[in-house]
Amino acid sequence: MRESATVLEPSPLTPELEKRGVVVFLELLINALVAGLLLGGFFAALSIGLSICFGLLDTVNIAHPTLIVAAAFCTFILNSTFGIDPILAGIIITPIFFGLGWLIYSAYYQFFEKTSAEALRGLAFFFGLLFITEVVLIMVFGVDHRLVEARYIGESISAVIGGLEFSVPYRLLTAFVVASAMTLGLHLYFERTFFGRAARAVHQDMMALSLMGVDPVYIKRMAFAIGLSTCGLAGALMIIIIPVEPAVGRLFIGNVFAIVVLGGLGSISGTLVAAFILGIAVSIVSTFFGPSWAPAVSFGILLGVLAFKPTGLFGVGDTR
Amino acid sequence: MRYKFEIGCILVLLAAYLFTYLEVNRFLYVAGFPILQFVMIATAWNILGGYGGYINFGTAGFLGVGSYTAVALIQWLGAGIVEQVIIAGVVAGFLGLSIGYFTLRLKGVYFAIATLALAIVLETFVNNWDFVGGAAGISFLPPRKPELLGYVFIDSKGGALFGNTKEYLFFIMAVLAVFSVWIARSIEKGKLGRGLNSIKDNEEAAECMGVPTLRLKLFATTISGSLMGMAGAVFPSFLTFIDPLTAFNLEFAVNSLAMPMIGGTFTWIGPVVGAVLLGTVQQWAIVTFSSELNLLILGVLLIFFVTVAPHGIVGWFMKKNK
Repeated sequence: MRESATVLEPSPLTPELEKRGVVVFLELLINALVAGLLLGGFFAALSIGLSICFGLLDTVNIAHPTLIVAAAFCTFILNSTFGIDPILAGIIITPIFFGLGWLIYSAYYQFFEKTSAEALRGLAFFFGLLFITEVVLIMVFGVDHRLVEARYIGESISAVIGGLEFSVPYRLLTAFVVASAMTLGLHLYFERTFFGRAARAVHQDMMALSLMGVDPVYIKRMAFAIGLSTCGLAGALMIIIIPVEPAVGRLFIGNVFAIVVLGGLGSISGTLVAAFILGIAVSIVSTFFGPSWAPAVSFGILLGVLAFKPTGLFGVGDTR
Repeated sequence: MRYKFEIGCILVLLAAYLFTYLEVNRFLYVAGFPILQFVMIATAWNILGGYGGYINFGTAGFLGVGSYTAVALIQWLGAGIVEQVIIAGVVAGFLGLSIGYFTLRLKGVYFAIATLALAIVLETFVNNWDFVGGAAGISFLPPRKPELLGYVFIDSKGGALFGNTKEYLFFIMAVLAVFSVWIARSIEKGKLGRGLNSIKDNEEAAECMGVPTLRLKLFATTISGSLMGMAGAVFPSFLTFIDPLTAFNLEFAVNSLAMPMIGGTFTWIGPVVGAVLLGTVQQWAIVTFSSELNLLILGVLLIFFVTVAPHGIVGWFMKKNK
């Protein structure tokens, strides 16, 4: 259960099924595509915060997936002790992660950006944060897998269209809807509001922004906190989709960075498109080659993009 | 004196051999081996991370590749430890070269991210590779009488250099650790080290001055990865068991990063100080309290040194002397 793609539960290829040949293949393919699309929505929720922190602000928060796991455990506590619906729990803990983001960026600014220390020392800082979060989670919760309970978990809708059978689990559907709403909301916020434009301007030219009378540090701190606040809902979605244990965040590091880099740094809509591409790729590989190969997909995409088109699909920034 | 450092190396090796010859408490070899391994890993990491300023999060990946190359060689050819170390070094070095080739032309963060994902992907491959035990791991017995060119190294009755396998492997690890420190120091004192330092300070300026930045970075990545692979190659024989969780443990990545940063990254002695200090404390802490608490302390120390004391212990002492 350690692989991210156990989510998909591909139908096993028994000999009896293989006799049905093409029909089964088509069914598998279409089911994999649908599942991949839904999975892509979930991936978008995981990586949208990182897209803001890394793509727009240049703070390489490699602890992001692990903080999402921490949020998943918060959801677990709220769900198991008070019986709160996981999505609602995700919304409740969002302000906590906003505050946490505010604190983390303040520390990061104080120690690294203000003194213009090497950017790579900041990476070591976030790596330490990743490690500490994981160890604390292990100390508090142990290494067991945790689950949440809600009505939409464990059931699925099935339909037969044109002689082909489809089945979509409700939990994937829920995650897809919530993730899409969150991503679209953030996308609009960053496209349409003054703050969003200012945050994108920080990415392009900090000096110009301060000449316009806007405090770039305030904008960056705010944007980082917004990026980190997405961890709340992303964590809730994660524990809805898969059983969560403290080290599971590491499996997603490759996924989220592959998505952000493929989408192009500084482009939130690009992140969305890239999340769907990766979701479908992971789903197809898990269906036809087995879920244990899924982590190799994101890594292959990451290396491929870095080697041939480092600006990503919709990127504007420079990568050198 | 001109060869002060080289004489020091030989003295350390003699001391290590005497240590095995004296047949003290067995536990000391078991505790000493990881410390020497950490010295080697931290030194290897520092060649790229400390001198060149490029952070490698994939230590566990390189180490695991070394370990599993050794396992494959044992399974396939029944190769001895010396062959394992050499071939593991070549394989891990090639891995470093190819990762570097893909990512080192870009900003440093991309290299860091790629190496971070690398360990997980390699773990996936090993999990799917049944020949070396797959996810369940594999256990084996080290050869009772390892020999090289007709000379037998171990004889429990005496008459050979070593009394048992643990002592033999302890000494091999000591040789490898000293070897890597010697390589790191040679790089630091030579043209290569100055080139890498200029990359760390300002890569654009370095390139404009004619420093072949890409070639230097690739070289440093290859050497660093190769040494890590060698450190990993001895691991399965020492444990007589290896599984992907042990070989690709994230703790290696944290240690290899924390030790040079705590000791001081700008000189060869820094990682050695950090590794001996942290390694000893960890060996003691694992015995006395839980290993989770031990890891938590490690993480907190890493953040403390990165934020407040970026020049590490060695830097702190050097400032005092001035």
